[in-house]
Amino acid sequence: MLKTLNTAPAGDGDLTCHHCGLPCSTDTVVYQDKHFCCKGCQTVFELLSENDLCEYYQLNDTPGLTLNKREVTRQFDYLDDPEVRGKLLDYHEGEDARVTFYIPDMHCSSCIWLLEQLQRLNGAIRQSRVDFLRKQLALRFNSRETSLRQVVELLTSIGYEPRIALDDLEERPRNSTQRSLYIKIAVAGFAFGNIMLLSFPEYLAVTTPLHQQFREFFGFLNILLALPVLFYSASGYLKSAWQGLRHRTVNIDVPLSMGILTFFFRSLYDILSGTGAGYMDSFAGLVFLLLVGKLFQQKTFDTLSFERDYKSFFPVAITVKKEGREQQIPLSRLTVGDRILIRHRELIPADAVLIQGEGAIDYSFVTGEADPVSKSSGDTLFAGGRQTGGLIEVEVVKEVSQSYLTQLWNNEAFQKSSGQLTGFANAVSRYFTAGILTVAIAALLFWMPVSLALAINAFTAVLIIACPCALALSTPFTLGSTLRIFSRLGFYLKNTDVVETLARSTHLVFDKTGTLTRSGKMSVSFEGDLPLNADELGGVHSLVSQSIHPLSLAIYQHTGEAPKRKVEDFREVTGQGIEGTVNGRRWRLGSAQFVGCPAPDENRGSLVFISIDGQMRGLFRIRYAYREGMSGVITSLKRYFRLALLSGDNNREEGNLAPVFGEDATLAFQQSPADKLAFVEKLQGQGASVVMIGDGLNDAGALRKSDVGISISEDLNSFSPACDGILEASRFALLPQILAFSKASMRVVYLNFAVSLVYNVVGLSFAVQGTLSPLICAILMPLSSITAIVISTVATHLLGRYYGFHHSEGMAKTLSEAAVFHLDKTQPKTPLEVSA
Amino acid sequence: MSVMFILVVASLVFALAFLAAFMWAVRSGQFDDGYTPSVRMLFEDKPGKRKENNDNKTDSK
Repeated sequence: MLKTLNTAPAGDGDLTCHHCGLPCSTDTVVYQDKHFCCKGCQTVFELLSENDLCEYYQLNDTPGLTLNKREVTRQFDYLDDPEVRGKLLDYHEGEDARVTFYIPDMHCSSCIWLLEQLQRLNGAIRQSRVDFLRKQLALRFNSRETSLRQVVELLTSIGYEPRIALDDLEERPRNSTQRSLYIKIAVAGFAFGNIMLLSFPEYLAVTTPLHQQFREFFGFLNILLALPVLFYSASGYLKSAWQGLRHRTVNIDVPLSMGILTFFFRSLYDILSGTGAGYMDSFAGLVFLLLVGKLFQQKTFDTLSFERDYKSFFPVAITVKKEGREQQIPLSRLTVGDRILIRHRELIPADAVLIQGEGAIDYSFVTGEADPVSKSSGDTLFAGGRQTGGLIEVEVVKEVSQSYLTQLWNNEAFQKSSGQLTGFANAVSRYFTAGILTVAIAALLFWMPVSLALAINAFTAVLIIACPCALALSTPFTLGSTLRIFSRLGFYLKNTDVVETLARSTHLVFDKTGTLTRSGKMSVSFEGDLPLNADELGGVHSLVSQSIHPLSLAIYQHTGEAPKRKVEDFREVTGQGIEGTVNGRRWRLGSAQFVGCPAPDENRGSLVFISIDGQMRGLFRIRYAYREGMSGVITSLKRYFRLALLSGDNNREEGNLAPVFGEDATLAFQQSPADKLAFVEKLQGQGASVVMIGDGLNDAGALRKSDVGISISEDLNSFSPACDGILEASRFALLPQILAFSKASMRVVYLNFAVSLVYNVVGLSFAVQGTLSPLICAILMPLSSITAIVISTVATHLLGRYYGFHHSEGMAKTLSEAAVFHLDKTQPKTPLEVSA
Repeated sequence: MSVMFILVVASLVFALAFLAAFMWAVRSGQFDDGYTPSVRMLFEDKPGKRKENNDNKTDSK
């Protein structure tokens, strides 16, 4: 094997760009004694230094991002359109306008500083506020002095181009749920504290008439304080229970609401009739703790989106050619028959017919096929494809909402079967509710002959004490802790339900490219009788630079330092190879057949053959680099799960993968996105609980269809399709521990359920006798809730420590034997799981 | 002891004022972003720029 590439950096190797920190090549730009890698970076520096904003460079070294490789020539004319502007602005009244942008390039404290100093670059901007975790910039500006377009252009010129996509035009709920939860907790907590204080005298003896007056007064205040708790704070539980019952299902909120309502009305009766003090303190405390559990469960990852659909990627406006003039119009006004212009890397927003230009459409977004498809005039182009190459002119044949992609997204697979009750707590609550009602009615019937009052007392007391608050609290606290532990490891889940589904999983389905292999990382090596000389390297480099095929890209990166030559008569044959004339010599690169060489008998990696003037020159061997620890992960997982591998690629790597996956695993190659989806569906039909692990681009359907879709992401800010969890690619080796740990977390939930049952039995023994005093209730209720919270949190964190998750930094390297051992123990189904 | 009635009501009103203050804080978005302010407070105001910065502050109110 021969390696000829000289990778020494050209020129001054130590020079880095003052703005973005990239190494400066030979054509470095020097300005004010500072070096810049490109004109773009220098322009930003110039703008900032003119406005005395160089503190930007003092807060962090080289805070900028290079403008070199991005297309910043985008036009923002469409932002002058009143309709688009109206929809993008959050608020516009007179000259006061407010807008919120999503800025993907925000990454450090310098960014925050600069973006909050925008008023020094444009005086019409009155206020700018950064929300760093969400990468949002909220701006307030004077709309008479400047326009939305000028603001966006300013942001783009300093390297922070806002991402404006079609879904920005839609009304979005603005974290109002989180805010209202805070207020609900505050109201419940306020009532809880005060009611407890006012109820305290009740627990002591009441003797004098004055005390009797206090008692009435305090009881009245308690009712007043409990009203907002019932009607505002607890409203979510009551609504959810009602909806559940209307759909003839019993969710966890049904027994909870039963308890809440009985609590309130029994107390109301007791206080008004003067027969007792009521249980208002326990009632408010219960609601308060439940809401705190909900808050704990609602851990959201601000920067991640699990629900992206095509609208997050479609542009807001499109260039239309009308009467010979180019003009940008909003996508909503695009009609059938319009001629539109699509540039390099732009998305085709609606099904269209190619009129002019060479189309090379990358459908990876829709079909997962990474190789661009070449199209010539007259061909139909489907929405969602991305043009790669030159400018094309197309005519729209279907409206945006009627196009292929839009309909793909409306495919049934993309609507995950919702409404179905998931989770242990919900599953068990049906039996739980039936059990409570039986005991309550039995108590009622038993005491009926003795006294009606006692019978009702016992009946309501059972409903109160059996309220499954410990169960309702243990799930959010345990799984919420698990979610947090996972997030520290680089595994982000959509919500806590995913942990439960993960714990139940039986089958794991892997994608190959980008999941088991590292996307964009291919090892390229040249094999030939003689190494390529500099001249020949330049030829190869120039030739592959014309093509956007993944293999061409790999060779292009490999030959990155070679000087470029002029290529004439370039031709690309899809699926075969490329050819062109460089320095008067005819080059061919591609498959053995295309180049005219004998096909090799071995089958390791992709081979790209090279011939010059018909003479075989050698070949490039391109191999996918597998993720670190891949075989270890698969080997330990195959002991506990049924594994499958679905690859959209050909079976070149089968020889490498089959021994790792073992005999039981299904290995399928050349699978289309629809095949993958069907495979997952088939497994589910056989009763399997499927975890799909994909890299996001070509597995969208299968990720959606599977019980848990995990997308492996190299960069958390980049595209990831709708999924249930996102795993940082560097933490791939943690997969076995993650699965084992989610099973262990569920055992904590079961343990908690058992403990809460003990409390319930104790409480019920008082309740059925009709002797549940408010004092006992006030002690027992919070005690059981707090036990549940303590067990959940402590046990989960101890487990996390046991699995070694707490010193997470060194974790990704090794696969601890303990985890594997534990996986073994947790595999058999527990009795509770069966009953669920 | 009758003064207790007034005191209890007074204490409730007082506590309600705090509840209202908290609700105002939540509604005005003070709990939406728990991270950026921790970075922002570390930026230094340059002496020469004090006037401009003050302007910004009054604007933001």
